[in-house]
This record gives sequence, C-alpha cells and structure tokens, in this order.
Amino acid sequence: MTTVQERPAGEVGAARKRKEDARLITGRTMWTENITLPGMLHLAILRSPMAHARITRVDTSAALREPGVVTAFSGRDVADTQGSLPCAWPVTEDMVHPDHPPLAVDEVRHVGEAVAVVVARDRASAVDALAVIEVDYEPLPVVLDMEDALAEDARLVHADKGTNKAYTWVFDSGEAGTGQGVDAAFAGAEVVIKRRYIQQRLIPAFMEPRSVVVDPTGDQHTIWSATQIPHILRVMVALVTGTPEHKVRVVAPDVGGGFGGKLQVTAEELIAFMAAQRVGKPVKYTESRSDSLVSAHHGRDQIQDVELAARRDGTVLGLRVNLLANMGAYLGIVTPGVPLLGAFMYNAIYKFPAYRFVCTGVFTNTTTTDAYRGAGRPEATYAIERLMDELAVELDMDPVEVRRRNWIKHDEFPFDTVAGLTYDSGNYEAATDKALELFGYEALRAEQASRRESGDPVQLGIGVSTYTEMCGLAPSRVLGALRYAAGGWETASIRVLPTGKVEVVTGTSPHGQGHETAWSQIVADRLGVPFEDVEVLHGDTRTSHKGLDTYGSRSLAVGGIALVNACTKVIEKARPVAAHLLECDVSDLEFADGAFRVRGAPSDAAGKTIADCAFAVFAAHDMPDGVEPTIDADATYDPGNFSFPHGTHLCATEVDAETGRVTIRSYVAVDDVGRVINPSIVEGQVHGGVAQGIAQALFEEAVYDGEGNLLTGTFIDYTPPSAADLPDIVSDRTETPAPDHPLGAKGVGEAGTIASTPAVINAIVDALRPYGVSDIRMPATPERVWQALRGGARS
Amino acid sequence: MTRISITVDGVRYDDDVEARTLLVHHLRDRLGKVGTVVGCDTSNCGACTVLMAGDAVKSCNVLAVQADGTEIITIEGLAGGDGSLHPVQQAFHDRHALQCGFCTPGMILAAVDLLAENPDPSDAEIREGIEGNLCRCTGYQNIVRAVRDAASALRGAQVAEPASAVDGQMPGTPQAPPAVPSEPESVPVEAVPRPVP
Ligand code: FES
Ligand code: FES
Repeated sequence: MTTVQERPAGEVGAARKRKEDARLITGRTMWTENITLPGMLHLAILRSPMAHARITRVDTSAALREPGVVTAFSGRDVADTQGSLPCAWPVTEDMVHPDHPPLAVDEVRHVGEAVAVVVARDRASAVDALAVIEVDYEPLPVVLDMEDALAEDARLVHADKGTNKAYTWVFDSGEAGTGQGVDAAFAGAEVVIKRRYIQQRLIPAFMEPRSVVVDPTGDQHTIWSATQIPHILRVMVALVTGTPEHKVRVVAPDVGGGFGGKLQVTAEELIAFMAAQRVGKPVKYTESRSDSLVSAHHGRDQIQDVELAARRDGTVLGLRVNLLANMGAYLGIVTPGVPLLGAFMYNAIYKFPAYRFVCTGVFTNTTTTDAYRGAGRPEATYAIERLMDELAVELDMDPVEVRRRNWIKHDEFPFDTVAGLTYDSGNYEAATDKALELFGYEALRAEQASRRESGDPVQLGIGVSTYTEMCGLAPSRVLGALRYAAGGWETASIRVLPTGKVEVVTGTSPHGQGHETAWSQIVADRLGVPFEDVEVLHGDTRTSHKGLDTYGSRSLAVGGIALVNACTKVIEKARPVAAHLLECDVSDLEFADGAFRVRGAPSDAAGKTIADCAFAVFAAHDMPDGVEPTIDADATYDPGNFSFPHGTHLCATEVDAETGRVTIRSYVAVDDVGRVINPSIVEGQVHGGVAQGIAQALFEEAVYDGEGNLLTGTFIDYTPPSAADLPDIVSDRTETPAPDHPLGAKGVGEAGTIASTPAVINAIVDALRPYGVSDIRMPATPERVWQALRGGARS
Repeated sequence: MTRISITVDGVRYDDDVEARTLLVHHLRDRLGKVGTVVGCDTSNCGACTVLMAGDAVKSCNVLAVQADGTEIITIEGLAGGDGSLHPVQQAFHDRHALQCGFCTPGMILAAVDLLAENPDPSDAEIREGIEGNLCRCTGYQNIVRAVRDAASALRGAQVAEPASAVDGQMPGTPQAPPAVPSEPESVPVEAVPRPVP
C-alpha cells in the first residue's frame, strides 16, 4: 500500500454530478437509432422460427417486387463472402469451433437466427416485405438440455463436428503447483458437502435495443453501433470482411446500457455492413425488443456440481467443481472464456489449500451465451457462498463464523491463492464488521429465533454473502496464457488546447458508467485545471483510434492508470517549457496546485500553469532548444495484476410459508472497491448491480419449451423487475486502496451483481430451514418456494 | 391517410398519417422528436412515455390518429424556455437517478404525471407509480429519491433529508473533499420553446 500516492485534494473523491446528464435528461441524446443520413435505407431481418432445421429453399424474389424494396437476400446469396462471426477466446487447443455465418446458409441452429434480409426505403416497407419471403425448413432433431447433449447417442447441434462438447478445461491446484492435490484433501475431510446448483439462463436486457447504421459512401466505411466495444468491432469487421482496417471507422454514440450484452461482434452488425456494401447506401437496422431477447446473446446457464471438504472445526480443506456451461448454438466473442473467469473465483476470499475445476462447454440449440454482468464470477461466488452456508448448517455454526475461520486476514495480503492469482489487498474483517453492524445482525438473529419458536407463518431468513472479484481485465500476459486473442491494456491521450482547455481521449467506451465525469475529475486534479474545462472524448475510432473498450470493470482499473500516466507525461513535457518561461533550471521547479513554481517559493508566488505552457507551445515563439512544441501526451498501460474489490452483503427476507411469497426486508451492502473517484457514481453502480443480482435470485429466467422456442421472448414473460419489485438497500463502503493503482482504485461495475444473488438465496433458504428445505432453484418465485416447502416438508 | 393536427412541445404540426402509425413513430420519424425512445414492442418498458393532454401515455401504445387535436409534451419540451430544468429533471441530475439514460425521458415524464396526481407520494407510492417504466441501470433507488425531492420542490417546501449515504458521504468512510461549489452544476440547456400551458 506504500506505493499509493496521496490523493490530491480536490475533485477526486467528490460526489460530482454527472456531465453526461445534461443531454440525457433533456432528450438531446445521440442514440444510434436517432441517426438519419441522406439516402438512408432500412434493413429488416427474417429470423428462424425453428430451433434446428435444414434450409432447403429460400426465395426472396417476391420481396423484391414489394413497394419500396431495394434489395433482399439470404445467407445462400452471400455464403462465399460473408465470413464467420469471430470467437476471440479458443480456450483449449482442441476446442470445437464451428462456423458462425451472420446469415444462416444451409442450417439454422436456434430460434431467432438470421435467415434473410430486406432493405427498403423505410422500416415499415422492409418489415412488410419479410412476409413474402419463402423459406422451406426440414426440421432436424433439437437438443436443449446440456446433459442430453453430452449423452453417448446425442443429437448433434453441429453434425459435422461429431460432438456437442466444445471443450473441457481443467485447473488443478496440485498440478499447477498453486496448492495441494484435491483428492488428498477430500480423503482427510471430516465433512463433505456435495451439491448441484443451477445457474439459470439470463438475458442482459439492456434498455436500448441494439442498433446499427452503416454508411459505405465515404472514404471510410462508417459503422455507428450501440456497442460496448467500438475498437474491437473495428478490428473484427476488418478481419471478417477483409475490408482494410484503415477503411473502417466505428462509432459508439450514446449507448443505452450493455451489462456485457453489447460486448459482442453481432450478426446484425455484419449483415448491415454487407447490405450497405450491396446497395451502396447508408443502411440502418434497429432490433425490436422481441428480436433482441431471442437473438442478442444470453448469459449464465451453467450446471454446477460442487463438493466442499472441511474439518468439523469449520476449516475448509478443498473444493471440487464440475461445471457444464451452455454455449448455446455457436461461440460468441468470449463465450468459451466466460466460465473460466469464474474458475479463478471459486476459492473466493478463503484460504483452503486444494482446488480442482473442470469445465465442459456444451452446444445446444439455443441462443448463444456470452458475457453478462460479472461473467463467470457471479456463478462462482454463488456456488461457494451457498456451500459455506451449507457447511455452517452442517456444523451448527454461524455462517459468518464459518467464513471468518477461513478467510484471508487483512495482514496476509498480498495473498497467493489456490487458483493461482495474487490478491492485491483487502480487509474482509472490516467490511464484514461494518455490514453486521449496519444490518443489526444479532437483533435479527434473535428475532428469527423467536419467530421460529412461535411457528410464525412468515419466517425470517438471513443471508450472508462475502465476496471478492477480479477487476481490470487484464494483464495481457495472463490473457495470453489463457489463449485469449487480444491484450488487456488501455490507453488515454491528453491534448491541451491553446486556451488551456483539455481534451481527453480514452480507449474506454462508457454506456452509462459516467466516464466523462470521473475522467474529468481525475484530469482536473492531476493537471490543476477546472473540472468544467475537461472534455472527454470516446467511442469513435476517428478520434480514439486505440483502445480495448469497456467491460469486466476494467475502465477505471486499467484505463484510469493510462489516464494518470498521460497526465504525468503532460506535466513532464510542460516542465522544460515552464522552466524556460520562468527562466530557471528544470530541476528547480515543482508542480503543485496546478502550477510550476520554483521549489520553495510560496504557493501564491507567480507560477506557470499548464494553460500557460499550452499557449507557449502553441505560439512556439520562444521554445527552449531541442524541445518539441507540444505538451500533449499519450499513455498506454498494461496492468501487472488484476485488482480485487471485495465486500460483505447481508440480506433479510421474510418468506410466507403459506403463499411462498418472498419479501426483502432489508439489504446491506458494504463494498470495498478501493479509493473512490466519485462516491455517487460508485453508489449508483452498487444499486444497479445489486438489482440485477436480486433479479437473478427472484425474477428472471430465459425459458425454452421442448421445441426450443423461447417462452420468455417479451418483457411480459421475462419480467425484469420494476421499481415496485425492488427494495431500498443500504450501501456503504470500506476503503482498502489498490496497491498497484496510482489512485488506489479497484473497480465497481460488477460487484453488486456478484454479491447479491447468493445473499438473497441464502436468506430464503435460511428462512425455510425449519421446514427441511436446504435449497431453492432460481428464480425463487412464490411458486418455486411453495413447491420447495411442500417437497421439503415431506423429505 | 388521415390528416391530424397535434401540438408537440409548443409547436403545431399538421400531417397526413397512415392509420397504423404509432404516435411514437410519428414523433420520432416524422417530427424529429428523437428524445422520445422505443424500448420494447409490448408496451412494457415505458421508455416512450410522453404527456398527452396532461396525462402520461406510452406513445407506442397510442395511434398517431388518436392524438389528433391534443397537446403533447415530450422530454424535449419539459424544460423552461430559459433553459431552466423542470424540477423533476433537476432532481434526476442531483440524485444521480440515471446512468445510461435510455429510460430517463419516459421515467421523468411518468414522474411528472405521478406528481401531478399525487403531490406528496410515499416511497411505496412512487414505486407503484413508476411501475410501468423499466430501468435496467439504477435499481430505481435514486429514481425514487429524485421523485421524492422533486415532489418537495414542486410543493415549494424544501425538505432536507437526514444525512445518510445518499450523497455519497458515507458514514465512517473518509470524507470527500469539501463540496464543490454548486454553481457550475446547473446544466446548460439550449433554449427550447416553452409549451403553451
Ligand atoms: S416502447 Fe412504449 S412501452 Fe416500451
Ligand atoms: S438509466 Fe439505463 S435504463 Fe435507466
């Protein structure tokens, strides 16, 4: 922690109201769907109604005769040129990697797959013309269940591959040398807890539907897309289509949420690109919500077979994880890697010495899965935190006490984990103590005891979830070792304009996170310029040519360091200019409070500000010899390690044993995300993250029928929670600075989602223990709870 | 085609529309009122909410012809002609009640309608009142705070909230540096025509 620089007084740490809001609250926003270009045409996509079928005939000719239709085509028309959608994470050498054509050619493999398109003068004409496209399908057997898919004689999603198994990936602490062999640990165990947990399939359900506009008329082909990853998209479009990269410009304008769901190179983007090339005109496609729910990638969908070995004093000895991860029908940009991000988190905040993780990726005739907020870490955290509660019950111990006996103590950091990571810092004791106090843990336990005693039909349950997670994707060497195709660095540029205003170009790509505000705060402090004088530019490869975008809570953890380093470079470039202006030696200067002054001079002595230096290099009339007339600077930073925020979430639920209704009575989140740039933004991230985790616990599930039709294909059926469904939470923090970050910051985007799901389910199960219930499937709807009560009471 | 005349954010528009045209598409595609957005196709999300004849409606759930003769206020016409924000807009900004902002236009107009009907709602009433508007980013907590604040502001009673975590000055954590002067916080808004009341 000694490497953390002192926080400069000023902007960083202040609850600044957001710069972004001005346009968002007045309706002056640039959503992709708002873009209209001269001559622009509209694209509509015909999607497969079948989960698995051979396409025996497609005839788009009737559509071409419809009024206003400019072109119509199917996968067959572009089979030789359309390429395959990219998967950037082949996790094993022998991973099965099927072709993923943007438009299906001979076969469709999930409901909602794109089959044919119409381009017309307006959206209604395009949509109308879809109705006259003729497609003949010859149904093929459908496989939906992962265990069925792995059976000996399974029906195959990709017949030519001969298997539904995408890969098996193994981590074994004994073999890796990060701990002991797991078999020995289990052999020596006094208690073994074995469970199967189901991570239901979820849908990210960002509020802004995906939308893309492609303009092929300029020297560069410009793609506006509602994406989290404009930079990655640019590279991928170049690679997939063969268009030279310098001829592709990608812009992510205002983007309405992502949560991992817009971390994708989509079929729709490439189809729009093809269509625009074909007609030589700008083309726009915006999905409907129904299209979005069935075709944008889904998340989670894992079966977790987990086994925990412990001694009767509560000491955990080892963990075995056997995971089935549903890939869906194809592999998206990071589909195979998502469960691996969890592989490093099953040991959570605990010190146990032996761990084995085996993950098998499985193809099914369902929508492709990929990153969704937390991506692997929520699943891992859920499993271990459920197991810790089960262990506590088995040993008749308080669930907090069991955790306490196993967690890494604050003076044991940096800590090398059994999964091979080095946790940077943390103070689990402090966060937990604070959470227990805010929650009123003892009083609630007492109330619970008396309600159990009196046989109250509404039982009180208390759920504990202690978590850590890895933020800041990622050290490039780690990604390389995990066979990910790209690096994990981030970049920032600073341009100081002649009048002293500052433009910051970041390679991160915010879509709700408030980077414009937070980055301004950082730069204002570092350069000593007013917050208002900083403009943050992002998401357009013309201004921000380089970057790796926003996901995995990486923007501040990695991009923030690039930004600080760029500020430092600006100051260093300005230093000789200032020395020249002040007619002193460079070594006599110090930079503080926004100005260079001769060392030892009083702070009100005349100095030279960054703005003074910017004007001096602009005029450049009187530069010191050999000094370049600019103080602009770029920095690219590759992290040496992840950062590891942590925290303790506590949830109290009231469960009506007669109706199965679950009410969250109180929820306390104490998160330690390191030093905080803007507490109000951090709190907002926690609120939203917790809401999405509660949604997994209580409300949401993507459900398919036996034929592979998505039954939850609208918001009526998918039921993302409304304001009336969610509680107020108490959010508080402890602050353990990140030792590897000059600002001490860690990352906060996913913490709430990771922590909250097990907190809620642990609370429900805790309420139901007196009835013999020891688990509940998510989402824990009243019906599920009621069923569990009936089943549990019998068992 | 049917001829309709509607007043949107203080400007009268006469247009021929197809019978099937939804109000939201008329607003966006014909009148360029792209501040109003579409988030679903089943009338669930509320992103498209506008005020029609003073009441919040989901404009994806109204035909343009049904709006004939009415006055509509969208998010673009809510601020005052001098650029001053409506108290609900101001409260959303002050309370960090938006992240990506996609739900925000609809959420703000739903809140305006709620407060017109119930000037002093409880938190539960606020939550029920905006139930038809989905937000995926905020978890709603700051939206509820914002609506509560806006209610006070609209009633003219500045009710101070007890100190808590709400301003990010969380108890027990190192205090943030002294509050930044509030002056630069006001959001510059381009002058927009004030709707005729
Ligand atoms: S777009 Fe109108 S309710 Fe969703
Ligand atoms: S702020 Fe993003 S959906 Fe509400």
